[in-house]
Amino acid sequence: MKFLPLVLKNLFRKKTRAVLTIGSIAVALFLYGLLVTIQTALSQGVQVAGADRLVVRNRTSLIMPLPYSYQQRLLQIPHVKTVTFANWFGGVYQDEKNFFPQFAIDTETWRKVYPEYQVPTDQWAAFLADREGAIAGAGSAKKFGWKVGDRIPIQGTIWPGTWEFNLRGIYQGERPEDDTSQFWFHWKYLDERRPWGKGTVGWYVVQIDDPESAVEVAKAIDDRFANSPWETSTETERSFAAGFANQIGNIRLIVMSIGAVVMFTLLLVTGNTMAMAVRERTAEVGVLKTLGFGDRTVLILVLAESIALALLGGTLGLALAKLMTLHGDPTGGMLPLFYLAPEKIAVGLGLALAVGVLAGLVPALTAMRLPIVNALRRV
Amino acid sequence: MVSVDGRDTGSSLIRVRNLNKTYHRGSEVINVLQGLNLDVATGEFVAFMGPSGSGKTTLLNLLGGLDVPTSGTVSVDGDVITSMAGRKLSRWRARHVGFVFQMYNLIPVLTAWQNVELPLLLTRLPKAQRQRHVATALALVDLADRMQHYPRQLSGGQEQRVAIARAIVTDPTFLLCDEPTGDLDRTSGDEILNLLEALVREHGKTILMVTHDPRAAERADVVLHLDKGVLVEAAAAAAVS
Repeated sequence: MKFLPLVLKNLFRKKTRAVLTIGSIAVALFLYGLLVTIQTALSQGVQVAGADRLVVRNRTSLIMPLPYSYQQRLLQIPHVKTVTFANWFGGVYQDEKNFFPQFAIDTETWRKVYPEYQVPTDQWAAFLADREGAIAGAGSAKKFGWKVGDRIPIQGTIWPGTWEFNLRGIYQGERPEDDTSQFWFHWKYLDERRPWGKGTVGWYVVQIDDPESAVEVAKAIDDRFANSPWETSTETERSFAAGFANQIGNIRLIVMSIGAVVMFTLLLVTGNTMAMAVRERTAEVGVLKTLGFGDRTVLILVLAESIALALLGGTLGLALAKLMTLHGDPTGGMLPLFYLAPEKIAVGLGLALAVGVLAGLVPALTAMRLPIVNALRRV
Repeated sequence: MVSVDGRDTGSSLIRVRNLNKTYHRGSEVINVLQGLNLDVATGEFVAFMGPSGSGKTTLLNLLGGLDVPTSGTVSVDGDVITSMAGRKLSRWRARHVGFVFQMYNLIPVLTAWQNVELPLLLTRLPKAQRQRHVATALALVDLADRMQHYPRQLSGGQEQRVAIARAIVTDPTFLLCDEPTGDLDRTSGDEILNLLEALVREHGKTILMVTHDPRAAERADVVLHLDKGVLVEAAAAAAVS
């Protein structure tokens, strides 16, 4: 700590250069913050997927339905604990830009399969008692200013007409990354009113008693319905969500590639700054060694300067990214979980630290190995 | 008493024996110091003179453990510094040697106070004690009123006084001064020489100084001439010339 004033004073010796380097690091870490936020948002389903849940869909396509009668048949398969289902509604609230997912759900089983979505008991009871009742996620409720008791009209796009719902409850996610943008209503209400597709559901979600048996159960389900008019494709919820996210490409690879290029550039920028700083101060390094500063102390001083530079820029960039993501989804509903998680910030700071160490290593070793007599000749 | 004949006097603080330093420039071999002997007692003020390239600064570097001789030994107060290396040598230097350079060599981004405090950062002294030492050193060089000034805000003479304060703040065994007045006008140079003389006469410091200036050399107890890698006392040098 007693060397801190020396490190900081050296850091800002060339103010313009220091500010530009810190700015470069800040921009890079800001970019990292946004990229991982987008990656998190796009792969949100993968992160929150339950290990004990399987998704059963029509083998032909997700948009093709499955018979309602499959629910009972699925329950007969070993290891299957609970079976729930849902239908995609795809309605529009006031404006097409106001996107949020609406599901017609099986009210009897939904909460058992998705315990992470928490609804107050009285609100759930009110929802069950009202055929036109609905439950909205806290995110959507906040976004549209809904309160329990509001009547919410939604324009159907798959099934035409205006569908009106009574908001009976608001659910919260158990974890910060849980999606709170969904809107649930009774599947029976949908099935009664829709002119076609009656007696079908969009997909089933099967809860099993042992996650280890997921592959075995998935195979058993698909075998059970093989060669029927409604063949199934079953996979874990995680794999289903990953497949969904990967429809727009390998997000992780894209993020990693951009991140790697940015970090490499950053390494060159910071390394150059530190190399210049040490080269300009060769004589001073000699003076410090003359005064009795050991080679290791000189190494640590240069490394500390490089790390301080990287961490200052990194903290600034990540703080800006956090600030930007505080307002939530900038797309109007496509990325409901637009959120920079603390562990991603920690990884960002770790990256900044690594850049600081790597960029400072060569100049620090040069300073450490510099013979005093050679250094003093630069005066 | 200073001697250059290599006979053991028994009371030497600094003892140099058969010191050789050779440089290689391509295929050319340059013998800068050749079998040099020197004994300096505590409290002596010794000046080294000689033409450029005669090896004065090289000798000072070897005495301060900044450079390694080709052969021979340098002992200070019984410690053979030519057998030390790395961390041990750095620690010895921090504890026993104060350096004063011609170009002052202050760290420009640190105040006078912070420059003087630098060598103390290597000690285990608590902050309060470090502050006392720095204040004393700056008062001794008569710069108590300039302690928060940066080097660029000081005159050359003041900068050199800060450098001297930095050199004495750890109360080292001896001071090595390389042309301490070489970059100063006459008045400032005299002030620095008065200060160095006071350190020897009033505080019992041992100083070895390289200089080109005969006026500066006059202040020393003994003037040694270095020529062609060999040390001779001034009187002997005068007789030869």
